Amino acid sequence: MKANVIIKLKSAVHDPQGETIGHALAGLEYDQVTSVRQGKIFELTLDVSSKEEAASMAREIAERVLSNPVLEVFEVEVED
Amino acid sequence: MILDEKLEAHNLTRDEYDTIVSKLGREPNDNELGLFSVMWSEHCSYKSSRVHLKRLPTKGPNVLQGPGENAGVVDIGEGLAAVFKVESHNHPSFIEPFQGAATGVGGIIRDIFTMGARPIALMNSLRFGPLSVAKNRSILRGAVAGIANYGNSMGIPTVGGEVVFEDSYNLNPLVNAFCLGIAPKERIFLAAAEGVGNPVFYVGAKTGKDGIHGATMASAEFDEAAEEKRPTVQVGDPFMEKLLLEACLELMESDALVAIQDMGAAGLTCSTCEMGARGGMGIEIDLDKVPKRETGMSAYEILLSESQERMLLVAHAGKEAKVEAIFDKWDLDASAIGRVTEDGLLRVIADGRTVASVPNRYLADEGPVYERALERPASFATQTEVHADDVDEPSDLGETLVQMLSSHTIASKHWIYEQYDHMVRSNTIVMPGSDAGVVRIKGTPMALAMCLDGNGRYASLDPYLGGASAVAESCRNLAAVGATPIGATNCLNFGNPEKPEIMWQFSQAVDGIRDACERFGVPITGGNVSFYNETEGVGIYPTPVIGVVGIIDDATKCVRHHFQQPGDLIYLLGETHDELGASEYLKAVHARIDGRPPRLDLDVEAALHGLMKDATSQRLLRSAHDLSDGGLGIAIAESLFGPLGETMGAAVAIEAPRRADGVLFSETQSRILASVAPESVDTLSALAERHGVPLSRIGVTGGERLDIQINGTHAISEMVATLRETWWTAIERGLSS
Repeated sequence: MKANVIIKLKSAVHDPQGETIGHALAGLEYDQVTSVRQGKIFELTLDVSSKEEAASMAREIAERVLSNPVLEVFEVEVED
Repeated sequence: MILDEKLEAHNLTRDEYDTIVSKLGREPNDNELGLFSVMWSEHCSYKSSRVHLKRLPTKGPNVLQGPGENAGVVDIGEGLAAVFKVESHNHPSFIEPFQGAATGVGGIIRDIFTMGARPIALMNSLRFGPLSVAKNRSILRGAVAGIANYGNSMGIPTVGGEVVFEDSYNLNPLVNAFCLGIAPKERIFLAAAEGVGNPVFYVGAKTGKDGIHGATMASAEFDEAAEEKRPTVQVGDPFMEKLLLEACLELMESDALVAIQDMGAAGLTCSTCEMGARGGMGIEIDLDKVPKRETGMSAYEILLSESQERMLLVAHAGKEAKVEAIFDKWDLDASAIGRVTEDGLLRVIADGRTVASVPNRYLADEGPVYERALERPASFATQTEVHADDVDEPSDLGETLVQMLSSHTIASKHWIYEQYDHMVRSNTIVMPGSDAGVVRIKGTPMALAMCLDGNGRYASLDPYLGGASAVAESCRNLAAVGATPIGATNCLNFGNPEKPEIMWQFSQAVDGIRDACERFGVPITGGNVSFYNETEGVGIYPTPVIGVVGIIDDATKCVRHHFQQPGDLIYLLGETHDELGASEYLKAVHARIDGRPPRLDLDVEAALHGLMKDATSQRLLRSAHDLSDGGLGIAIAESLFGPLGETMGAAVAIEAPRRADGVLFSETQSRILASVAPESVDTLSALAERHGVPLSRIGVTGGERLDIQINGTHAISEMVATLRETWWTAIERGLSS
């Protein structure tokens, strides 16, 4: 079973890396890009029997280990 | 929202509100209430501390700028000035250690280059709870990584500081950051807005909802998820700050600039009204012209945002294009957001309407001043002196020394300072891990020495002594490297000032700092007060931290703390008394935190500094090391360990009318351990006699062992390599527990 944990900065948190990428895109004349926010994705492969179990384990790992709850929010997606 | 709730959310009392109403002659609107809330906060107004801080000596022949500006400025000769300050970032470093500590460093760096100085050195004073608690380990790792990230990215060396571990800082770490810069003496910039009609520029990063104060939480107007309603942690961007630094210094070389101030706590509000008030002028700003990171920000949020890496400046009318061209070159935004007016008001425009209009001086200068109640805690009177005979004598002093060297407060901090770039700019002469950091001033024969010191345990048991001893130890550290102190900055970390016992501690500590600074002729040129350092109603140790800066006229006369050559004679400068109260020995070996801290005789201390000044300028000392935590035993051990892993043994024999543990671990003040080439001994003895400083020969350097005899009896015999290994690895071992 595969679970993806997507971690993003909270909407109001400053994202210097995203801004730098946005700035670079503007330099490459992608003028239509008005904002870039970056984050990260973790692909977990889990030896569990149900999607529910995978989702709950991934959520626990995301909350306790992968994300910084002060700055970040996360989403979990489970694939078959 | 009813008024009481609104006031609570803004941390204003009913009396303070009534004062605002009577000053304005009307009720403030919500934006104005926000302005008063931040400007009249303890952090910005110093309302509890101001009456006490007035007692500190702030003037001296070399002081070019005392407290009240972004940083203090001291003349160092050769047409140059040193600009320096220390500031706390304690609470943010607990909430989010990495970003909290990083933005603390960023903030203090801005304070320095705002004055026109190029930052050349950083230090930090860090205090954590014991490493046996997992949360403290993660706070330490995060804070250190954050400091390294910001300072290293900016290309400014971190040359020293201190790291202390005590239960009292459990879940309430102290992160005090220091920065020093150098500027041409004739070109210091101040933050007073002048010249009606001059344009006001906003430069640097865009404004987001960073760190907007807690009041917005209670306004209940957001509909995002609950967690997002909390004030947003500030995230630093050191590369942006590097651009801002270079752009500002370039602008200062031009003739376009009138005044400049960084946006720190209380952001746009604070910088605008303070600049206006200092120049006796008004400032009008249009929030529609403020560069914003996100859409839909209210006037209230824009005014109170604490987004990092932003500056406000006043330029000469007609030079706008020059300002814009310089910032454009560095790829930064510079927006003219307003102008200087003559009416003395901070007038804020949004959507073409005036949304706030308040006299600058009400906000910046006329905040409340409290003479809060003081009460000496009952526990103070019960502290008595502790002597060696009051504790069990250790059976094996070698083992005791190992135990002391493993104490995280004493152990090597290399795991921490090796994460900091301490050599960048290639001026660092004495690296972290020594008594003081020393940096060369390129183009001159001089060097500047600096150190940060404090002892919260002493201050908790006797706050007056804690304050005075912090100054004495800092000046002694500078004396040990051969520097003469020229100015000091302080960071006063205390609990809740509304408690009379805390306020008494504060007042006592200020008195101690005053007396010591006056005796040593070292003015305080600025600093910061951090109150409300409490967890679950229990305050931290009162912790005054003192940063002192000194000059070494000839950088080649700088003295190292470790033994240099075998066959040199080891001398103790100063006298040892049986003083174990409040000592590291009592805590680490006997698990006792009590007793009167060691006495401090300011005249004895000053005589020692005088001797050191003459001895170092005549190059009589091969090494010199200040005695502090752990006393003579620890000073001897540390002198065996060079910064690059080199070691040297010593054979020591001491005669003293007391027990061996009292000799080795007493923390009597006003002492320095030195090693001296045999041919310099006579000159040194004569000098010591002239200064009235007792001098005792206690041993000779050389070999691979540390052998100590006390009163003819063998006390310690250990391999130096074994001792060093213990001392070197203790913090790493603590972190992996």
